[in-house]
Amino acid sequence: MDNVIRRRTLGARLGRAMLYAVLLLAALFYLLPLAVMLITSVKPLAEISPGTLLSLPREPTLAPWAKAWGEACTGMRCEGVGVYFFNSIAIVVPAVLISTIIGALNGYALTKWRFKGSELVFALMLFGCFIPFQVVLLPMAQTLGWLGLSSSRAGLVLVHVVFGIAFTTLFFRNFYVAVPTELVSAAKLDGAGFFRIFWRILLPVSAPIIVVSVIWQFTQIWNDFLFGVAFSAHNTQPVTVALNNLVNTSTGVREYNVDMAAAMIAALPTLIVYVLAGKYFVRGLTAGSVKG
Amino acid sequence: MYPFNISFSKTALVLATTAAASMAYASAQAAEVEVLHWWTSGGEARAANVLKELMEAEGYGWEDFAVAGGGGETAMTVLKSRAMSGNPPSAAQIKGPEIQEWGELGLLGELDEVAEAEGWDALLPTTVADVMRHNGSYVAVPVNVHRVNWLWANPEVLAAAGVEMPTTLDELFVAGEAIREAGYIPLAHGGQAWQDATVFESVLLASGGTEFYQRALVELDEEALGSAQMIEALETFKRLRELMDDDMSGRDWNIATSMVINGDAGMQLMGDWAKGEFTAAELTAGEEYLCAAAPGTQDAFTFNIDSLAMFRVEGVEREAQQALARLVLEPTFQEAFNLAKGSIPARPDLDMSEFDTCAQQSLEDFQRTAEEGGLVPSMAHGMAVRADVQGAIFDVVTNYFNSRDMPAEEAARRMVNAAQAAL
Amino acid sequence: MSLSRSVAPLAAGAASRRSHSGRLQAWLPKLVLAPSIAISLLFVYGFMLWTFILSLTNSRMLPSYEFVGFAQYARLMANDRWWVASTNLVVFGGLFVAICLALGLLLAILLDQRIRQEGALRTIYLYPMALSFIVTGVVWKWLLNPGLGIQAMVRSWGFENFRFDWLVNPDTAVYTLVIAAVWQASGFVMALFLAGLRGIDDSILKAAQLDGASLPRIYWRVVIPCLRPVVFSAVMILSHIAIKSFDLVVALTGGGPGYASDLPATFMYAHAFTRAQIGLGSASAMLMLGGVLAILIPYLYSELRNRRHG
Repeated sequence: MDNVIRRRTLGARLGRAMLYAVLLLAALFYLLPLAVMLITSVKPLAEISPGTLLSLPREPTLAPWAKAWGEACTGMRCEGVGVYFFNSIAIVVPAVLISTIIGALNGYALTKWRFKGSELVFALMLFGCFIPFQVVLLPMAQTLGWLGLSSSRAGLVLVHVVFGIAFTTLFFRNFYVAVPTELVSAAKLDGAGFFRIFWRILLPVSAPIIVVSVIWQFTQIWNDFLFGVAFSAHNTQPVTVALNNLVNTSTGVREYNVDMAAAMIAALPTLIVYVLAGKYFVRGLTAGSVKG
Repeated sequence: MYPFNISFSKTALVLATTAAASMAYASAQAAEVEVLHWWTSGGEARAANVLKELMEAEGYGWEDFAVAGGGGETAMTVLKSRAMSGNPPSAAQIKGPEIQEWGELGLLGELDEVAEAEGWDALLPTTVADVMRHNGSYVAVPVNVHRVNWLWANPEVLAAAGVEMPTTLDELFVAGEAIREAGYIPLAHGGQAWQDATVFESVLLASGGTEFYQRALVELDEEALGSAQMIEALETFKRLRELMDDDMSGRDWNIATSMVINGDAGMQLMGDWAKGEFTAAELTAGEEYLCAAAPGTQDAFTFNIDSLAMFRVEGVEREAQQALARLVLEPTFQEAFNLAKGSIPARPDLDMSEFDTCAQQSLEDFQRTAEEGGLVPSMAHGMAVRADVQGAIFDVVTNYFNSRDMPAEEAARRMVNAAQAAL
Repeated sequence: MSLSRSVAPLAAGAASRRSHSGRLQAWLPKLVLAPSIAISLLFVYGFMLWTFILSLTNSRMLPSYEFVGFAQYARLMANDRWWVASTNLVVFGGLFVAICLALGLLLAILLDQRIRQEGALRTIYLYPMALSFIVTGVVWKWLLNPGLGIQAMVRSWGFENFRFDWLVNPDTAVYTLVIAAVWQASGFVMALFLAGLRGIDDSILKAAQLDGASLPRIYWRVVIPCLRPVVFSAVMILSHIAIKSFDLVVALTGGGPGYASDLPATFMYAHAFTRAQIGLGSASAMLMLGGVLAILIPYLYSELRNRRHG
């Protein structure tokens, strides 16, 4: 595959140059919004004017970042998005862990311990991936009320777990389907139990799909706005809600640099995860969904 | 919230009575109100902060729950979610007929004791008091009265174009042309449905008069909605588009206002919350910016009353809630809030000398129109019709305004349908 | 895959002294699945049923149970805005899926030519998937606004007649949604295709080359057909993104100008939550779910059929 273009003719070189040109152009397209965000977030307000989106700051400053983190006001609170950043972490970490563990066990049970109707169960659960979230807002609110979890972080964790396990189950099921069943059968014959087999046989090979599940869930939950705004109170709002509040808070002059810095702060965790682990994400995802 | 403080409760009590009430001990001890609102702009927030301080001075806690965005749309979603979960905040920024809807659901708590003790019946204008009552009981407390039919202008731009503040729709178009020729945007506007509707209702009021406005946009009289007068109003409204710039789509109202402040645009048709922006820019009313009733609506006043509705709560929270209701009408808060917000106090008995000329004129017009007729609820701001009908009218108005080829007759026909939309 | 190698010793070591606790073991998988099944039944199917019931009522601000039959559906069909939103979804969804596939495939093929810095480029193409439109919406609004963004920038370079005003034009606003959505998801599709390309057996290509087939021909005739499963997965992922698109519209156009760029998800949200028409909103949600089913059923069918084969 890789050595298709090999001959060093003039035409090939020209083609090579074209190739790089197209790839770089595409890279510019993808980088444009991030570049604008980043550049704007380190500009003093005075340097921001129409048509100068991409001009580099003459006097770069980190003041907008500091303000966005700890001082920018929403309503009467002038505490920036920093506090809410930690709210998000407090919601994301347990939600990701729980949904991944449940997904792994589900995927394992569905593939290695098939029973009558297990495919139907999978089909039923899969539908949860596709349900538009606006639909469940009100009934979910009522349910959270019944459970005594309304407006709490625990409630938000529950919501994210509930609507996350459809995805995590899908990932793990598609991955485990490719793990040779003979091993499991052999272990069963040897008398190994359900959890033992999972622990000793499935889990050790699950690293790629765990990465997928964790990244996917982390991104989804971190970026969630709808559930975050609907099921939180003043002190449990996640960072996306705080960002939205900040950006929509209107005071005479709009501080675009602070808005952009806040947006960067809210985006940073998922961005870092993708940059560091994106490779494993795609590799793991295709291992499941392509061969499924 | 702070369980470790319980053992200190006695100390806390002592402290609360002796030391500053806003100390952490006291707020852990005292009852709290959670207030859901979308007063998030700088001026509004500072004004609302006055209320918070008043509450804290009396030993109550204030949990600020501000949800910004979309003129309170997001906040309403949050409120519904909280109400569904049986955990509503103590108070929420709800207004107009929507108060009645929440009241019908039995979710609001009454404030009659406070109202009686404070003499609200005598204090509040009837128009205002009527909105606050459900089944004869007060369930909400008014924060202010906004006037929607205002025209704002930058005097320098007007001077550069050699025009005066327009007083009729015809003058508005003439002035607009002159401003354009002088190289400015005549009318600053943001292309959002509620802003389109805000301009539309002022135009309709000017071209059709108060009585027609009442019939069409308040009583939803089908004959009026489909009438030639409506078609005329729609056509005039559409002509205003020519006075606006091309980039207006999706623009926030305060960005439009800042265009007037910066001298990029000449005028803006917007409610008096726009004044909060002028004030924040430290401009003087009547000198550095001008205000006047929207052209052709000098004898009318479209009102938009912000209010805090009180949810049914129990025990100490209720006590704090009643205190909140009382404090909202305190002169200190009314004055501070309305100075920042651009509106006039909900109680007309206050000394207006601190207020600027626009606010003084607003109060004068409010009282005059209340007596002579001409005081009408704003459709665009949810004071006239319920949310579903309002939404349907918004759809027609904004679609017609942005469409290239929809004839006014078609829009009027859809307007009739919109009014029937309420099932 | 190196699965069998790493797993084999473990399996051998899993010889257990314990006797069969057969009954429990037989029930354990079901027991493990039970909570998830219960959650699905309640939170997905229960809520759907609840929504369906609401769509038959005249619920307004909060749910009520005064039944009006299918009147809400009739109102929906008579609602101009609903048709605009539905048409927009077809236009938006169609373009979005098609462009993402085309662009993703193109970039994947180009990246597969022994490119220097492939890792960096791949990350650049992929990162938008990590960001929500709550974050990037402000920038997109800027970039696409003729007075502030790209149009103003290009004009300031001296091209005074340059026009890029799709955002403010009712006829083209929906295409700006496509641009932003393609930006977000096409890199992801590229990554899927790239992984697919890497999985193709080299010998097939060698054979084709020996036959003297030209490069484009090899791709068209040999490589792309091999990628069919990837295309299928990608289409599924993309169409569910399209149907769920909500943040995008809210952040970028707010549905405007007018309601020219409304989508069913925003229509539903506006009616159920802003306009106190939960009945109508629920009816639109049910139709959306119908759309989801139309996509999901073939997917499930193929998933489960594949599994029987494998």
